[in-house]
Amino acid sequence: MPKTPLFSPKDFYFCWLTNLIAMTKTMAKKETKEKYGKETYLKWYELMFLIRKFEEKAGALYIQQKIRGFCHLYIGQEAIVAGCEAVLTPEDKMITTYRDHAHPIGRGMHPKFIMAELFGKITGCSKGKGGSMHMFSKEFNFFGGHGIVGAHIPLGAGIAFADKYNGNKAVTLCFMGDGAVRQGAFHEALNMAMTWKLPVIFIIENNQYAMGTSVERTSNVTDLYKLGLAYDMPSFPVDGMKCEAVANAVEEAAARGRKGEGPTLLEIRTYRYKGHSMSDPAKYRTKEELKCYQEQDPINDVLAKIKDKKYASEKEIEAIEEKVKAMVEEAVQFAEQSPFPTIDELYKDVYSQPDYPYIMD
Amino acid sequence: MRVIQFREALREALNEEMRADKSVFLMGEEVAEYNGAYKVSQGMLEEFGEERVIDTPIAELGFAGIGVGAAMNGLRPIIEFMTFNFSLVAIDQVINSAAKVHSMSGGQFNCPIVFRGPTASAGQLGAQHSQAFENWFANTPGLKVVVPSTPYDAKGLLKASIRDNDPVIFMESEQMYGDKGEVPEGEYIIPIGVADIKRKGKDVTIVTFGKIVHVVLAACVELEKEGISVEVIDLRTVRPIDYDAIFESVKKTNRLVVVEEAWPLASISGEITYKVQKEAFDYLDAPVARVTSRDVPLPYAMNLINEALPNIERITKAVKGVLYK
Ligand SMILES: Cc1ncc(C[n+]2csc(CCOP(=O)(O)OP(=O)(O)O)c2C)c(N)n1
Ligand SMILES: [Mg+2]
Repeated sequence: MPKTPLFSPKDFYFCWLTNLIAMTKTMAKKETKEKYGKETYLKWYELMFLIRKFEEKAGALYIQQKIRGFCHLYIGQEAIVAGCEAVLTPEDKMITTYRDHAHPIGRGMHPKFIMAELFGKITGCSKGKGGSMHMFSKEFNFFGGHGIVGAHIPLGAGIAFADKYNGNKAVTLCFMGDGAVRQGAFHEALNMAMTWKLPVIFIIENNQYAMGTSVERTSNVTDLYKLGLAYDMPSFPVDGMKCEAVANAVEEAAARGRKGEGPTLLEIRTYRYKGHSMSDPAKYRTKEELKCYQEQDPINDVLAKIKDKKYASEKEIEAIEEKVKAMVEEAVQFAEQSPFPTIDELYKDVYSQPDYPYIMD
Repeated sequence: MRVIQFREALREALNEEMRADKSVFLMGEEVAEYNGAYKVSQGMLEEFGEERVIDTPIAELGFAGIGVGAAMNGLRPIIEFMTFNFSLVAIDQVINSAAKVHSMSGGQFNCPIVFRGPTASAGQLGAQHSQAFENWFANTPGLKVVVPSTPYDAKGLLKASIRDNDPVIFMESEQMYGDKGEVPEGEYIIPIGVADIKRKGKDVTIVTFGKIVHVVLAACVELEKEGISVEVIDLRTVRPIDYDAIFESVKKTNRLVVVEEAWPLASISGEITYKVQKEAFDYLDAPVARVTSRDVPLPYAMNLINEALPNIERITKAVKGVLYK
């Protein structure tokens, strides 16, 4: 265990200062560097367009009652998953909240397994047992969608703990909403992760509302990245409507993690275009506010750059869009045609022990 | 009589008690500006202001504890959990603080607090949002646990809970908030700890509580068609339990089925079965039967949910079982 140095108020200001310097550097780099080329931009466009179309379809199918329960869409936040994926390896891990349709798609899972899960079918990525809030994929190192706000944040630190313990170079991305940072679990996890230098990146997807509660109404501290500074953790705000900004920040954080320098907190600022879930009319915000973010739409942003830099012709762009639409169609058909779990599935997957003696009366 | 929704009955109880007693306040996620996640507290911010109808961050452990501290210092908090699934984040404050301060302080401090919100499943919400924890809280001395099934009971029992000088866990259901029922104008109180016969019958007694009362009553209609007459006892409170009401009915019908939504091990049904075999053994003409949720986390797929929860088919089968039919 590393020895904890004594901590003085001077150190605190120093930490603030170094953090500010690092932050300015990061932001300056974003402006100057053109490190992402054609291939990355086209991938970003395809992935974000896929997430958007998938979520629009899920919303429509929810209204048709093909999908039930709570259903939280990712529309507006696509640049976060896309930006992350540009700089991760398949060995890196992810864990997130119930707003979890996009992350496994980003990891590379075919959307049909997510759609089947939304339909409650046995072919879904959690065998129809998880539903919208509980996508999982061991194959893609996706450690799940979790339903209790804040509860999965220590899990993210624990996944990183195991990688460090085993000497793996992987980092864990632990996503959460802005509402989750007011939970004790967040603070306990940050403290231990920093003390033990765990290779985890805590990513706050700050879409500015937790259900109907805006960030300002939950605390005096509304610059959420600052919460990490209390634990001496490198902590930065990031523009979540720009894939490049997300990728840069995550790349640096991942490098720190892989070098054994410990965790990073990223507050990625974004916006959800839809209500909290399908049942929320979102009356607590103005149309103007929504419009302001839609004008910075990350998909349009990437598309504009593709066109500007002539990375693809109109035809090639259209081909990507057609491919995505076909994938979403395929996902729906796959979900429709798959069977529901058989009743004996009820007593499967509860314990690893195959002959566990359940109470059966 | 006038007919109102379950949520309106709860709101009337909250409003009446808050008007009558300045020390009562409501605190929880989305209770104020959003008018309640399930619209129970609609309009209350407007009437009582932000000092008494208080939106919290998502920080159950913290605001449950703030409630307990305020209760120890003379206030009468009503703490809303958006659902009782999330009360687990706060359960330390409920069990280790609220339930203990009176006893630990040798009676010097009491804790007049109500923790309320919906319990149990509510459609296809997945394993973490579908749990019935009535028996968890009922296990703990120092707490009282109320689980109403009708708007009328909800109003009278919530008023009693707010006036009670001990901590009360008050458990509702998302699936009942829109239910309509007769509720008289004006104030009334239903005492905690008294069961209610929701249907008179002579062949079999069913003991149940909360939302499942309605599934049981629907099963009784089916059984009636086959000439089986069921008496339904709604416990309304699972700590304390009105054992006398159960014994009295069992002494008449000689057959008992207990129905609840919790899992079977260490459940209310297990407890009732123990008491009935001890106190009314000679009156039983058949072993006691029960219907609970299956011994598994609730999955998402609808067909699995139908199989996992207590339903009409399982209840009628259990009733026929104790009749050897
Ligand atoms: C412990 C807990 N409390 C309350 C809830 C209900 N709830 C679900 S999502 C949510 C808002 C979370 O907002 P945020 O963290 O900002 O994430 P977002 O939904 O915006 O992605 C709330 C209150 C819950 N699931 N868990
Ligand atoms: Mg949010």
